[in-house]
Amino acid sequence: MKPGEHTLTAFENFMEGIWKQNPVFVMVLGMCPTLAVTVSAINALGMGLATTFVLVFSCLLVSVIRNWVPKEVRIATYIVIIASFVTVVDYAIQALSLGLYEALGAFIQLIVVNCIILGRAEAHASKHPPLTAVVNALGMGIGFTIGLFALGGVREIFGTGTLFGISLFGPGFQPWIVMLLPPGGFFVLGGWLLLFAWWKMRKEAKDGA
Amino acid sequence: MSEPLPNPGAETTATTTSWRLIAALGGVALLCGVLIVTAFQSTLDPIAKNRRIALERSIFSLIPEGVSLHIYAVSAQGTTLLRPGQAMPKEAQRVYAVYDAHRHLRGLVAEAGAVGYADVVRVLYAYDPHQQAIVGFAVGAHRETPGIGDKIRTDADFQKNFVALDARLDASGQALAHPIRTVKHGSKRNPWEIDAISGATITSRAVGRGINDSASTLLPRLHPHLNNLESPP
Amino acid sequence: MTELRSAPHERLGVSVESIMLNVVLALLPIALFSIWLYGLSALALLITSVVVCLATERVFNRLSGQSSTLSDWSAMITGILLALVLPPSFPLWMTAVAAVVAMGLGKILFGGLGMNVFNPALVGRAFVQAAFPSAIATWVPSYAPNRFHEFIPTTLTQPLMIPPDITAWVKAVSADAFTGATPLAMWKFQHQLTAPEDLILGIATASVGETSAMLILVCGLYLALRGMLDWRIPVGMMGSAVILASAFHLYNPDFFPPPVFVLLSGGLMLGAMFMATDMATSPVTPLAVWTYAILIGVVTVLIRYFGGLSEGVMYAILFGNALAPLLDRSLPTRVFGRRKPWRVGS
Repeated sequence: MKPGEHTLTAFENFMEGIWKQNPVFVMVLGMCPTLAVTVSAINALGMGLATTFVLVFSCLLVSVIRNWVPKEVRIATYIVIIASFVTVVDYAIQALSLGLYEALGAFIQLIVVNCIILGRAEAHASKHPPLTAVVNALGMGIGFTIGLFALGGVREIFGTGTLFGISLFGPGFQPWIVMLLPPGGFFVLGGWLLLFAWWKMRKEAKDGA
Repeated sequence: MSEPLPNPGAETTATTTSWRLIAALGGVALLCGVLIVTAFQSTLDPIAKNRRIALERSIFSLIPEGVSLHIYAVSAQGTTLLRPGQAMPKEAQRVYAVYDAHRHLRGLVAEAGAVGYADVVRVLYAYDPHQQAIVGFAVGAHRETPGIGDKIRTDADFQKNFVALDARLDASGQALAHPIRTVKHGSKRNPWEIDAISGATITSRAVGRGINDSASTLLPRLHPHLNNLESPP
Repeated sequence: MTELRSAPHERLGVSVESIMLNVVLALLPIALFSIWLYGLSALALLITSVVVCLATERVFNRLSGQSSTLSDWSAMITGILLALVLPPSFPLWMTAVAAVVAMGLGKILFGGLGMNVFNPALVGRAFVQAAFPSAIATWVPSYAPNRFHEFIPTTLTQPLMIPPDITAWVKAVSADAFTGATPLAMWKFQHQLTAPEDLILGIATASVGETSAMLILVCGLYLALRGMLDWRIPVGMMGSAVILASAFHLYNPDFFPPPVFVLLSGGLMLGAMFMATDMATSPVTPLAVWTYAILIGVVTVLIRYFGGLSEGVMYAILFGNALAPLLDRSLPTRVFGRRKPWRVGS
């Protein structure tokens, strides 16, 4: 990679995770937390930010030590690194907000096995210098957070009639219980995927014409 | 880029010695170990504080006059004060003794749990030793269905069951005079019965069963030693 | 899948449209009877359900650039069936939600008529059952004295809002001890049996169109005699349910209800005649059809007896729908002159 090329693609590198390779809407990765914790906007944001933190710092460290770690043990080191940052996040969230910690439950610990993180570490950070790796990881993390928020926001609005705990429809709102249950996660995810696919089809039809 | 591509190649394997592999793993592990221990040490106090605040908030919400609390371990042998950091003895039940501004015992809060519709429903209940009644109830961790089972938290009529739920001991002092039980919605006749939420009978029953199990062992053990708890240590 | 089902339709030269129209005609008496029982609210429920179903189909037609498929009557059938399986007091805005989900999620996303895996009306019903569990379990008595002059208070609930409490209204309009529970729920949770004649005539508490077992039987027989529904499905479904219920009843007559109760209560009759027989979502080959029908009957009884819910027809049919393509593939019609499938060798 030439230096000139690198500066040119920094923005694209960042945007890749947010749009073209969005982990939720395009790659459909990390579905376990995506479906399980997105019952409210705040849970979705908390989960998204926690994952982003782990993603960015893991990718940074993996990138820094990439020339020093032999490939035979690279997966083991990645997992150790990811697990360490997850532990750090786990303690940090407990210290910041016990309520959020209890709402997210086991899914914080399960960030260790979120395939987005190991995937990024292996496919990107281990082959790129720290700055590029961090920019890419940050884009991915924000893309994941946006995806979770898109689900959590819709599920909270229908499931409890609030957004970030602020009542939208007044006290008489009839909650759509199904939206808080696992099927609701699938319905909303399916709805978003449908919308994106429809969008893409229309765009392609327009470009083709 | 100058870094070696992670292509599986025979020559790379040959040049990497075992010592090099162990050094790499050990180095990373050491680095991560330092990271984890730092995070753990620096969050230890805030986390303990958060937990205490959360617990106190739910306990004082049950006994609004309370301003301070002490933790006791209640077992068949009697009651023991638990200092902060002291481990809970086996076979003992944890009781939070709540005192008001005049250092009088206002009530005792204990934990209970029973299997509901989805998983164990954990509740805290407040016991007033002077009235010999359960006077408050709060829901802790649960996985009950939103909108159905979790009405135990919000349903005003259900909460009314715990304004003065009879928990007197019988003449022998070894058991509750009337076991606390949950009855079908609208059929509560006695002060020791809990009126179930219509449509959430299973969760309501779990609450009643949990409180009954906890109270029927705790209260007979507690009552002979109530004098020890009357004022804060 | 409809075109595969040749005999007897092709012999009679009957088109899909004409079958669908006949199904609508067969459903009309049931719908009219429900309006007689529940008055304005049932009428409004039927109209809302049908209009929203038709509108949803039209909107999706336009979005996907297809020509209108309203003329095949299938959206109308879904609309009527959906209204018939909802409780009479169901708020109209929730009915509209159910109708949009029924048509959108249940039918159009699969590619429209003939492509859908699940019965669209039941998909809509299952969605609102999960979304609004308390509204869908609120029952009102039939023959309320002023039913032709005023709505049930919950019917006109403002969109997105909780329906009002109708306990007082129910007390005012019901003469005798109305418990607000369906016969199945009464059996399951209070262990009381409803008299069979009430179930036959439609006096019992139920969804809009599940009241009169006799009327549903007559309307279903009309379609079966005209060769417009596969008689094996209702026979297999009701037969297996009755046989299984009889076995349970013989085993413990004090606990398990008599088979006639199982047959006449809840949505078994309506489901067997009009839901499970949906051509797009039921199997084609005779052996698969029998298996499908018997399976639904058995699952219905098992859910009613051992499940958390008092009624199981809806989930049983959806379960059968999901298995239908698999049954068709694993139980094909034997082709004469060919080697038997299990004789792989010479």
